Amino acid sequence: MTTTESGSPAPVSGTFPVTDEEIAARVKALESLLIDKGVTSELAVDKIAEMYEREVGPHLGAAVVARAWTDPEFKQRLLDDATEACREMGIGGMQGEDMVVIENTGDVHNAIVCTLCSCYPWPTLGLPPNWYKAPAYRARMVKEPRTVLREEFGVDLPEQTEIRIWDTSAEVRYWVLPQRPPGTEDMTEEQLRELVSRDSMIGVGLVAAPA
Amino acid sequence: MNGVHDLGGMEGLGAVDPPAQEPVFYNDWERRTFAMFIPFVLSGANLDMFRHGIERLHPVQYLTGRYYEHWLHTFESNLVAKGVISEEELEQRTQHYLEHPDEAMPDGGDADQAEHYLKIYEAGASTRRETSNETPAFGVGDRVRVKNIHPSGHTRCARYVRGKEGVVTEVYDAFVFPDTNSKEQGEDPARVYNVEFDSTELWGSGNAERHKVLFDLWEPYLEAA
Repeated sequence: MTTTESGSPAPVSGTFPVTDEEIAARVKALESLLIDKGVTSELAVDKIAEMYEREVGPHLGAAVVARAWTDPEFKQRLLDDATEACREMGIGGMQGEDMVVIENTGDVHNAIVCTLCSCYPWPTLGLPPNWYKAPAYRARMVKEPRTVLREEFGVDLPEQTEIRIWDTSAEVRYWVLPQRPPGTEDMTEEQLRELVSRDSMIGVGLVAAPA
Repeated sequence: MNGVHDLGGMEGLGAVDPPAQEPVFYNDWERRTFAMFIPFVLSGANLDMFRHGIERLHPVQYLTGRYYEHWLHTFESNLVAKGVISEEELEQRTQHYLEHPDEAMPDGGDADQAEHYLKIYEAGASTRRETSNETPAFGVGDRVRVKNIHPSGHTRCARYVRGKEGVVTEVYDAFVFPDTNSKEQGEDPARVYNVEFDSTELWGSGNAERHKVLFDLWEPYLEAA
């Protein structure tokens, strides 16, 4: 790596964007080298990718939310120590080693962002959507969250609602316990799970009452 | 480093424009790249080196490149820097796969290795460390100021909070310190504090919106206000 005298990196040269074909070839080249070193295989690649395509996703966070809505003691444990409470349900792992859940109420609306990269609670929400990792959301969410929520996500919060934006700058992974919508008093935990969206746990959506 | 990745508060980057649906991976190279993280770490790298490798992308490539392009770049640059692979062999093989895009990957690894990697994802790898008996420098309710520092290497002290004052809302345990860990200079665990900032402190009283920003900061980033 070339560096300048101050230690900061020298600009790299190159032409952008890189084509899909070039990237695909570079990825295969690197993977084949790592296979030669004995540290990965096609099998490992498939198993790891399938885990996040099929098993780990926001349905897990939704199950935690539904339980918190129906079991006040569990909800308290979740707010006290989210990592432990999720572990009770067999949920946890990479990028969720130290989780904190924050509760939305009628007065306070919370949302998460990672302005420096793409930190996100994988075990409960799965891998982040591209917009969460892209520059616009990361740049704007800490400065004009009310506008972003309204214009980009259709969430028009009352002026008196306090907005709290959690910038995931260290290794604690925050996520949101959304408000339980009115009209769901008779629903079971299993039915409630179906209502909870990924966006509501990021804090860019509200859970809608069933039609 | 004061890089393009440090995006909080920047303007002119367009709309968020979230799609209604999208796949976890858009194509084969994205899923292959995602799955390289554990092999990367087992080759002697760490999470903070991973992040810093992305931060060192050319700003144009950072802003225009696809997300897993960032991952590919940091894997390549770190593994070359560590001498695990050479740029020459990477270029040679890239050329080979450009000419033979459908060629299968070499055989390697085994079922036990794949299972072991899955277990790592399931168990996680916390960067929280024992805090010894040292008293935290700050407590909940304390007013703190983020130091006006501009480290040229990796840091998690974002520009938009530097020099700003806020209130400690939570005192966490110690976590691996990114600024040293990214340079392989040791984990140097330090306490992390959650600090609440008023939007007027961050963006001035002329900002159109009022809200709070909660930001986690390692103790070396902070001073008493």
